[in-house]
Amino acid sequence: MTQTTKPATEGGGAVAVERRSRFATLDWRRYVIYIGFVVIFIFFAILLGNQGFLSPNNLLNILRQTATITVIAVGMTYVISCAEIDLSVGSVAGLASVVTAMAVANWGVVAGVIVGLLVGVVVGSINGGLVAGLGIPSFLVTLGMLGIAFGLAQWITGSAPQPILSYAYNLAFGSGNLGPFPGLVVWMAIFVAVGAIVLSKTRFGRQVLATGGNRMAAEFTGINTKRIKFEVLLISGTVAAFAGMLYAGRLQSGRFQWGQGDELSAIAAVILGGTSLFGGSGTVIGTLFGALLIGLINNGLILAGLDASQQQVIRGVIIILAVALARKK
Amino acid sequence: MTDVQAAPAPVAETDVPAVEMREISKAFDSNVVLAGVDFEVAQGEVHALAGGNGAGKSTLMKILQGVYSKDSGVIRINGREVEFSSIHDAKAAGIGMVFQEFSLVPSLTVAQNIYLTTEPLRNGIFIRDREAVDKAREVFQQMEVDIDPGARVGDLGTAYWQLTEIAKAMAQDARVLIMDEPTASLAKHEADQLFELVGRLKAGGISIVYISHRMEEVYRIADRITILRDGKNLLTERLTDVTPEKIVEGIVGQQIEGLAYQARDTSAEPEILLEADGLTAGSRVQNVSFTLHRGEIIGLAGLMGSGRTELARCLFGIDKLESGEIRMHGQRIDVSDPREAIKARLALIPEDRRAQGLVLEHSVRDNLLLPLLRKIERGLLIDDGKGKELADSLIQRFAVKVANPARPVRLLSGGNQQKVVIAKWLGTEPEVLIMDEPTAGVDIGTKTEILTMIRNLAEEGKAVIVISSEYAELLAVSDRVLILRDGAVQQELARQDIADEESLQHAVQGV
Repeated sequence: MTQTTKPATEGGGAVAVERRSRFATLDWRRYVIYIGFVVIFIFFAILLGNQGFLSPNNLLNILRQTATITVIAVGMTYVISCAEIDLSVGSVAGLASVVTAMAVANWGVVAGVIVGLLVGVVVGSINGGLVAGLGIPSFLVTLGMLGIAFGLAQWITGSAPQPILSYAYNLAFGSGNLGPFPGLVVWMAIFVAVGAIVLSKTRFGRQVLATGGNRMAAEFTGINTKRIKFEVLLISGTVAAFAGMLYAGRLQSGRFQWGQGDELSAIAAVILGGTSLFGGSGTVIGTLFGALLIGLINNGLILAGLDASQQQVIRGVIIILAVALARKK
Repeated sequence: MTDVQAAPAPVAETDVPAVEMREISKAFDSNVVLAGVDFEVAQGEVHALAGGNGAGKSTLMKILQGVYSKDSGVIRINGREVEFSSIHDAKAAGIGMVFQEFSLVPSLTVAQNIYLTTEPLRNGIFIRDREAVDKAREVFQQMEVDIDPGARVGDLGTAYWQLTEIAKAMAQDARVLIMDEPTASLAKHEADQLFELVGRLKAGGISIVYISHRMEEVYRIADRITILRDGKNLLTERLTDVTPEKIVEGIVGQQIEGLAYQARDTSAEPEILLEADGLTAGSRVQNVSFTLHRGEIIGLAGLMGSGRTELARCLFGIDKLESGEIRMHGQRIDVSDPREAIKARLALIPEDRRAQGLVLEHSVRDNLLLPLLRKIERGLLIDDGKGKELADSLIQRFAVKVANPARPVRLLSGGNQQKVVIAKWLGTEPEVLIMDEPTAGVDIGTKTEILTMIRNLAEEGKAVIVISSEYAELLAVSDRVLILRDGAVQQELARQDIADEESLQHAVQGV
């Protein structure tokens, strides 16, 4: 698990020895994502250095391409830490992108932003309500919601893309820059920072981890585990809707296909990052690196001239390998 | 069978011991758990294994079961030297284990569980379910117990789970059976049945390693006892040659006074802290009323299923009350969920620390702080420095033995885990503490500490409700004992009106 607290510093020979041998045997597994990231980065840097891999532009590109998945994955980290899953995030992003685009066109930017977020709040609340209130497994609820949100997005738009002509909206949500940094990357940084702090440094975060680690013990401790389950799904839905708005801003249109399949990339990023699929431990920074690793691999393989089908195969292999390495003995 | 038997002549019916462990050593990291332990079980012998917290009992048994590998030493089964590299090796050599945390699949039937992985097959593919049921029935007949092999395990009571476990080991031709605290979750008559069964198994030549903290049981069924202390063999004696005092002393390492009742001064004008009035919930809590005063310890006694645990759950808001009310300081409180109960300054140390008390994979510190997060917040964020301080102070105050509080609580021994659960709750400064089996699966040393802790809490002006199926323990701390039967308070006895364990036993059994 992720230690949310620092290791003890008090003395005692036994403690020191214990800690040293732990570093020697076990600890690298917890950091395998960071090690993997560095190794693969160096690998590509050597192999593809003269094909522009290391150019600032390409590196920013990797960040830009990873941003929306990372944002979704931050929300997913909460859900998985709590021993639940949210399969609906990709379609919620798509639905939010079209709803936002339509609202911006009809009622202006402010309304668009509010309505877009509302999509996430509503879907997240329904997911959370069904899971926490009725006790239906989140896998089933969100699998159903995946279809509902995707279908709705296609239905209300008649499968047509919804262009966003508001310059201000596009600038704020994905097409603009803040100084040298793409706006998308700034949004990503904000979500990661807030997500990391809330999960590891607030009462809510601890309660999410405790609920995921042992729901009964958490309930006996006075944690309202139903509320926690509701809240993580609400967060994940809302964050996914925001990611959909970023898609809309970057691509200057809303489209029902935006975000399709993102749930799997997000889950992969979260698990690669070291969050336990069975709940109880989670790390947002790990998730960021999980997402970056996937982005890095995609980018490197494209530069290496592999086609999309080959990329998929290699990406799959690397994900399985990384998770296998991180596995506890 | 090659006879490689070593020197000292074993005290046994036949000359080759069923299990012979010589000079077994084992260390985890740099932490030496076993330092050259000798242990031996003769054919058809019941051999008790005892020892305090961290004495090495469970490690020794895990080596015998092939869960851990030994660092050095020799194991011989029926005189033949063996190397176990997995549980399967040990099973093949005839070592069976009756788990403390049962290893059965509740959704499968008794017969399916017994023959899990060893199902009788037709053409090597299809399971012959009927044959499995018949064979299981035969095993039960041999054991002389009455269980329907076709029943779903989940529908049976815990006593039957244990019998199924034993049958499973028997079906795999186990010649040596390891039983770890087998009576921990059994009512008295169920325990008696188990002892009879142990007697029959023994007569059939099965050797049994019996791990227990209950002296009475050990004397009743065991032939010899081995006591471990600090990873070494302290003594191995016939039970006819050793006094209970000596055993307890061997386990604890010093004389204990903890189990004797110490009269406390409760004469001062008692202030009523908690009143329960006509509590009813389901069939297990029927119109229960009692009052609890400041500085008082009430014991709840009753057989399994008498509603002890259910009453605790109602008081703490886990189960909903159907009628009746609970008052603190004369004010009605609403305990519709545990959060309300905590607000009213109640705390519950639950029965099952692993399932209900702890997040096992989380660190000792995180577990301690879980109910106290509000106390260590600075603004919106948790102050880790403050958390560390608070956790350390709790660890110190309750003498939890832990090398590094940042490591998972699952690595601690049972006794220390229990201390973590207690410390976690006392950190919330409750006024009324409900403790459900606070010393279950805890060694005598820690047990004494916990009992002393309970007395001290009462001295400090808290009120404590103790649920326990160990009467000695109830008698050691309680000022009053409520006897529950079928969910209702059958009798309320002042401590001075209970002569000894036996009379409490009679009161509980209703004879």
